Amino acid sequence: MGKPHSIVVALGLALSLAACSSDDPPERVTGGGGASPSSDTSSFPVTVEGTNGVVTVDHRPARIVSLSPTATEDLFAIGAGEQVIAVDDQSNYPPEAPMTELSGFEPNAEAIAGYEPDLVVFATEPGDLGSALETLGVTALQLDAAPALEVAYEQIEQLGLATGHQAEAETLVDGMRSQVDELVAGADPSAGLSFYYELDDTFYSVTSKTFIGQLFELLGLENIADAAGGGSGGYPQLSAEYIIESDPDLIFLADTKCCGQSRETVSGRPGWDQIAAVSDGGVVSLDDDVASRWGPRVVDLLLEIATAAGAVEAEAA
Amino acid sequence: MSTLVSSGSPRSRATLIGVAVLIAAILAGLLIGPVRIGAANVFRWLVSFGGTPAGMSEQEASILAELRLPRVIVAGLVGASLAASGAAYQAVFRNPLADPYLLGAAAGAGLGATIAVGYGPAGAIDVTVPIAAFVGALVGVGLAYGLGRSSLGGRAGTSLVLAGVAVASFLTAVQTFLQQQRSETLRQVYTWILGRLGTTGWDDVWLALPSVALAVTTLWIVRRLLDVIEVGDVEAQSLGLNVTRLRLVVVLAASLATAAAVAVAGLIGFVGIIVPHTVRLLVGGSYRSVLPLSVLFGASFLIIVDVLARTVVAPAEIPIGVITALVGAPFFLVVLRRNRRAT
Repeated sequence: MGKPHSIVVALGLALSLAACSSDDPPERVTGGGGASPSSDTSSFPVTVEGTNGVVTVDHRPARIVSLSPTATEDLFAIGAGEQVIAVDDQSNYPPEAPMTELSGFEPNAEAIAGYEPDLVVFATEPGDLGSALETLGVTALQLDAAPALEVAYEQIEQLGLATGHQAEAETLVDGMRSQVDELVAGADPSAGLSFYYELDDTFYSVTSKTFIGQLFELLGLENIADAAGGGSGGYPQLSAEYIIESDPDLIFLADTKCCGQSRETVSGRPGWDQIAAVSDGGVVSLDDDVASRWGPRVVDLLLEIATAAGAVEAEAA
Repeated sequence: MSTLVSSGSPRSRATLIGVAVLIAAILAGLLIGPVRIGAANVFRWLVSFGGTPAGMSEQEASILAELRLPRVIVAGLVGASLAASGAAYQAVFRNPLADPYLLGAAAGAGLGATIAVGYGPAGAIDVTVPIAAFVGALVGVGLAYGLGRSSLGGRAGTSLVLAGVAVASFLTAVQTFLQQQRSETLRQVYTWILGRLGTTGWDDVWLALPSVALAVTTLWIVRRLLDVIEVGDVEAQSLGLNVTRLRLVVVLAASLATAAAVAVAGLIGFVGIIVPHTVRLLVGGSYRSVLPLSVLFGASFLIIVDVLARTVVAPAEIPIGVITALVGAPFFLVVLRRNRRAT
């Protein structure tokens, strides 16, 4: 039992050292696969497919507005960052993204048009921003939250096509795919580790049907929220006593920023000291932002999960 | 048992039933949950006064002591507060549809919680939200009372209600605006507004208990005067009652209880209307009975509703505010129709 685990841990450590430098320019994810500005071989006009249907981009966009933090990360990762002139108030990564007061949640078509964009990328919003922008003559591409990893890849490729960075987008996706494959291959589902994923401090969680839940499933981890999945749209609110009874090996906190949760706050909750993860150091603090986006840093997240699982396995072995 | 019950007056019989229902509700609250803990174990645990009796796992004892018991107590305190406040408001405003949130307590608490979630330190939300909600509720009522008291002369009750509506609308607008400014905190605010007992611990008991005890005791003491003020301001004054002062005392006490309830459980609707009206149907309109029984049945009602909240879709939870409204809204409509016919 011992040998394979130590290999997994060694691999995990090596990868996590690489991930420590996540402040580097995002091009590192592309693996330096010959992606240079001159790789712009696509010719416009191009047609791309978003959640709002088929969109035609007439010429290579030079004034992109992104209202989706994930799209912002995608754009910078594929080398389209220089074409981005404004991003919404939640697009905090990469740091060089030109953050403005524009809201992707309550978007104002007029304020967006004020930037004179030639391409607007946005995610789910309550109104009908797409057609409002079309009316103003602005090309708008909607990329809603990806329900699966494949869709996340697809969105990166569509953005590559739309911005004239097709080659970089493909390199990025290939790099992500191989890193995911590597992590999945290194995981040991037979360890049968269970986990609780926390969205907020009132115990909302995710089932394996959700995008984030699928990442855990890839690594063969057992989700305690799956028992509560029915009728909750994949995001059930769990009973504290159920979490304690389930006694998960790992607890992932995706509410460190929103709700200031940490290993300390969790161990201070009534009755939670009974949970193995709490007493044996299986509480993992995640970055809320990374955990709620479906961009290039999904790989970092998967690595963090795999590393944590490897550490707990090693402890048990 | 039957001789014991039939020998008393209708009022003491109703009180006896109220106490019995409360005990049954508390036992149900301890016995029923998503984790199956045998009844025998629960009773052995109760007899051992919080220890871990033989044959019971530490985990089970911990679930009972640290989760279920405080949750039952807080549900009881909140239910009692909301029901007693509702009954008291209905008396001093002579409005059968008055509820504990009438004077802007809910809107003020919502604003306070939104500010704490959106602008306060992220790590201290467990502490700041209850306090901000508590303060907000009192500020809401204070504004409504301060602005509504002076106008309309003899129709002080009506004017207070109108001021409450205006203050509530204003505070809700401010709350919505701030919430939009911090849209990333939307779900947290929303979760709070729907009401919650899912994270309740002993902290919440200690937070709510002093205010609730003070407020409910005050209402209990003045319960006879509520019958007098309900007749009319002029009539009450002619009987030597200081109507303005009594109304102030009642509004203060009811608001204190409401603020404490809101602070630990979020906004839970309809308890303040359903329970007092059910009690009136059972024992008639005198506040000498309506108030104490509202306390007993309010506590029982919310404990039972909370049992539903954590078992219907177990191991998931339903926000408790959803269930009270689900039961309460149809009931509210019935009360509304009865009152329309009566006037």
